[in-house]
Amino acid sequence: MNGVHDMGGMQDFGPIRPEKNEPVFHARWEGRLQAIWSALGTWGKWNIDSGRHNRESLPPAEYLALSYHQLRYVQTVELLAASGLITRAEIEKRRPAKGMRKAVPPLTAAKVPAWFANGNSKRRDVAAAPRFQAGQRVRARNINPPTHTRLPRYARGKVGVIDRDHGVFVFPDTNAHGLGEKPQHVYSVRFASRELWGEQAKPRDTVVIAMWDDYLESA
Amino acid sequence: MKAAVTAAGAAAGAATTPGLVQGQEHQAIPSDLTLRVKSLESLLVEKGLVDRAALDALVDTFEHKIGPRNGARVVARAWTDPAYKQRLLADPDRAIAELGYGGQQGEHMVVVENTPTLHNMVVCTLCSCYPWPVLGLPPIWYKSAPYRSRAVIDPRGVLREFGVELSDEIEVRVWDSTAELRYLVLPERPAGTEGLSEDALAALVTRDAMIGVGKIVLPTEGTKA
Repeated sequence: MNGVHDMGGMQDFGPIRPEKNEPVFHARWEGRLQAIWSALGTWGKWNIDSGRHNRESLPPAEYLALSYHQLRYVQTVELLAASGLITRAEIEKRRPAKGMRKAVPPLTAAKVPAWFANGNSKRRDVAAAPRFQAGQRVRARNINPPTHTRLPRYARGKVGVIDRDHGVFVFPDTNAHGLGEKPQHVYSVRFASRELWGEQAKPRDTVVIAMWDDYLESA
Repeated sequence: MKAAVTAAGAAAGAATTPGLVQGQEHQAIPSDLTLRVKSLESLLVEKGLVDRAALDALVDTFEHKIGPRNGARVVARAWTDPAYKQRLLADPDRAIAELGYGGQQGEHMVVVENTPTLHNMVVCTLCSCYPWPVLGLPPIWYKSAPYRSRAVIDPRGVLREFGVELSDEIEVRVWDSTAELRYLVLPERPAGTEGLSEDALAALVTRDAMIGVGKIVLPTEGTKA
């Protein structure tokens, strides 16, 4: 989706404002919400790609107006309601519906260390032939799907070189929409900054973008 | 669906609070969200969808178990142990695990080494991908629009804002975290640190240097970290 989340190359957002000694969370609710988000993820009702798609589907003005954690709140409510884990009425009334049967949370405190350490790899141990080799020139396809993609706009149609093959990973464009994992190779593709931005870029500078097989064609 | 999202967004304080554009969320937190998150948590606990003690453990993990001190130890080890550095560049997941780190949002690491002719810098233009096990959760500026938009088109301008000026002879290589790979910059070991212990070296390594927006300087130089 050509959404406002796809920010690479946009201008005029103003200066970067690093904060000295920034705390991990600026308010208690931010930490609780981050934890709620992680804990709810263990129900398996959504995946990293459908979650991102949900975030990106906010109206652009709203996406930009909300802070990271505010966005997370909106997204959590949205996904909870869509997944059926909870109803909007329950959220509004701040209590469970009558006659609700209490569930058993998959993630307990004792399981948190293993949950973190095991991670949630999207690499898949399946035989999939790589379509490209290191050193090969490739062009990022010029696609503009209205659905989820991790191919940033600024790279589309541009020519780069395969730097490295990282193995086989779940394909976000299908996985975000319940269309299967379609595992395929992911490569580091190196682009000259001048290929991306023209003469204003310094001649030696480069941008490396991780790309799936389906994003690429021979050049 | 859109309308519902918008309504929820308005409820979350969209109209009054600076968002991703300004990257200043901490300056104007709507008190409303304090209440909303609290009641959401209670509701989820009551329904048996989350375990309150698990939330406590998760917050503790985010605040205390992960963070840039982990990454700094990896860097210091690589600076002092050439065999480790080789392993770190060739098989980062295993080498980082040797020091006890790894997991969520760091499942597949790529370590990129700065040299006198190459400066690496990491961004996620599409969202906020960041190597949690070694750097912790990302700072606000990293997930805000100014950095995400400009890092790829004007990396040198961005670096200048962080106090780093690089000659045109040095290649600036920006890594856009579009896939499930997470990047850690291995900064150059500063001159004059030959006598320092691994712990003392780790203390010099900054989060910004491991993202690639800072250079490591000795405290005696006393200027910019």
